[in-house]
Amino acid sequence: MKRPATPVALAAHVALRAMAGVAVLALAVLTGVILGETPLPWSTVWAALANNLWNAGLPVDPIDQGIIWAYRVPRTLVAAGCGAGLALAGVVLQALVRNALSDPYLLGVSAGASTGAVAVTIMGVGAGAIGISGGAFLGAALAFGLVAALARAAGGGPAQMVLAGIAGSQLFNALTSFFIAKSANAEQARGIMFWLLGNLSGVRWPDVTLALPVAVAGFLACLWHARALDAFSFGSDAASSLGIAVRRVQIVLIGAVTLMTATMVSLVGSIGFVGLVIPHAARFLVGPRHGRLIPAAALTGAVFLIAADVVSRMLIPGQVVPIGVVTALVGAPGFALILIRGRVRG
Amino acid sequence: MKIAAHDLGWAARGRPIVEGITLEVASGETLGLIGPNGSGKSTLLKLFAGIAARARGTVSLDGTALSRMNRRDIARRIAFVEQQAQTAEALSVRDAVELGRTPWLSPLAPFGAQDAAICAEALARVGMADMATRSWTTLSGGERQRVHIARALAQRPQVMLLDEPTNHLDIHHQLSLLRLVSDLPVTVVIALHDLNQALGCDRLAVLEGGRLAALGPPREVLSADRLARIFRVGARTLTDPTDGVTQFRFHCLEDQP
Repeated sequence: MKRPATPVALAAHVALRAMAGVAVLALAVLTGVILGETPLPWSTVWAALANNLWNAGLPVDPIDQGIIWAYRVPRTLVAAGCGAGLALAGVVLQALVRNALSDPYLLGVSAGASTGAVAVTIMGVGAGAIGISGGAFLGAALAFGLVAALARAAGGGPAQMVLAGIAGSQLFNALTSFFIAKSANAEQARGIMFWLLGNLSGVRWPDVTLALPVAVAGFLACLWHARALDAFSFGSDAASSLGIAVRRVQIVLIGAVTLMTATMVSLVGSIGFVGLVIPHAARFLVGPRHGRLIPAAALTGAVFLIAADVVSRMLIPGQVVPIGVVTALVGAPGFALILIRGRVRG
Repeated sequence: MKIAAHDLGWAARGRPIVEGITLEVASGETLGLIGPNGSGKSTLLKLFAGIAARARGTVSLDGTALSRMNRRDIARRIAFVEQQAQTAEALSVRDAVELGRTPWLSPLAPFGAQDAAICAEALARVGMADMATRSWTTLSGGERQRVHIARALAQRPQVMLLDEPTNHLDIHHQLSLLRLVSDLPVTVVIALHDLNQALGCDRLAVLEGGRLAALGPPREVLSADRLARIFRVGARTLTDPTDGVTQFRFHCLEDQP
């Protein structure tokens, strides 16, 4: 790709792309707010948004207003944050582990987060002091630590990391099931199983204030380290000899991945395939350089999860399909396509 | 820039791979590292580059220990071309060479026109200027090796560490690479297998079982006696009548004529 010659042209080029990205994202959010089980006309959506954003005082049915502002807007924003966060987690893990299969789901981070969240919710671990997100973060960090230690003990290659991740996922999924079987009543168990498959039904405004700052902070941390992630292309020794403080970068970025995954899992459950498929799709669109890949993956992930949420609400009338089911239904064929086109090399 | 090692050592699972290496490479000198397979050449180069974990001893650049410098400052001075560094990413040749600018860039000092010029020049020096847009995965082993060299040149180092860079190269590219390296106004430490090529270095360090067995001018170091003992080959010296340059002709010790 041709590069703009002067710094000014480069800045203009970057600004233009950033604005285009924001426009696409805004359009996707708007679409997510307009579409839903209850069909609402454009004018109602517009009036409800205007009333809440700048007190326009337009006449809107309070029920419609409630559906749009208290329900659809936070839900769509959280979907965008989760999609971006999970896609970024996949990009970072694939670069650091140097394995095309790495994602928070496969490396056990999501499973650990689920275990932590379940431990806090139904077993009362932490006695109310750490909250669901805190429990998810501890679980995710513990899972990743265990997986990394096991991979290291097994020789430390990219294949070992994935194998250790599978072992870790199994262990933490079993622990989650064990906690549910031991402590939850039937009603709780059903609710948790539904949540584990990914579910945005319960999302409200306080969740937005957690999901969006974490997604934005994670995005900035990844973008700041874009060049370092590029330097890992030929392995961590090569990165080190290119001047990357390998250990520090790994700690910062793995920390960001753990935080993003744990936050998203604690809010919407464990959603698979986004972290795996979206990075490959974004690579297909903009190439492997992280300066472009990171914004592209964040945007694609956000748009994809908004779309998946819309589909999950509209697929079966009167019933919400778990979003994890939708992402897997789209993700599995999508991943198959990527495999067939030879874009994934292990 | 002078690079010096003092009592360097490295062990894998308690087994010493490199032990007690102390030597100095003068500014602008080309030091060849030779030794049989498994003698510790690659490990010693990693130690020189400061990227081996749990290393013993010190490496210093113009008197400053690497341990007192940060990775970026080291990478602005030392470039390292590993053996067989591969990637599964669909990088282009230009992408791979641009990685060499990493230590000179930051999020606030992005890649600019000058960096692009340095990368283009580096690609031209290894004869790959017309292949900048080719994908890494479509390159032959020799082409990949030349891209790695170009990446190292783009780093604008004062010390270059090269681990058997002529592997995978055809004879034309072997000779032009060695000429390129010897023309560079930088300090070079180069691991080589071809002892005739090693004759072109300023000095040679011979490794045997991780220890420094000999250090000095090539003709002194590569005595028939030492070649028989360390490399387990017999060697006779032949002289090219056109310019009087001598080369080795090797044979198995068992086939002593």
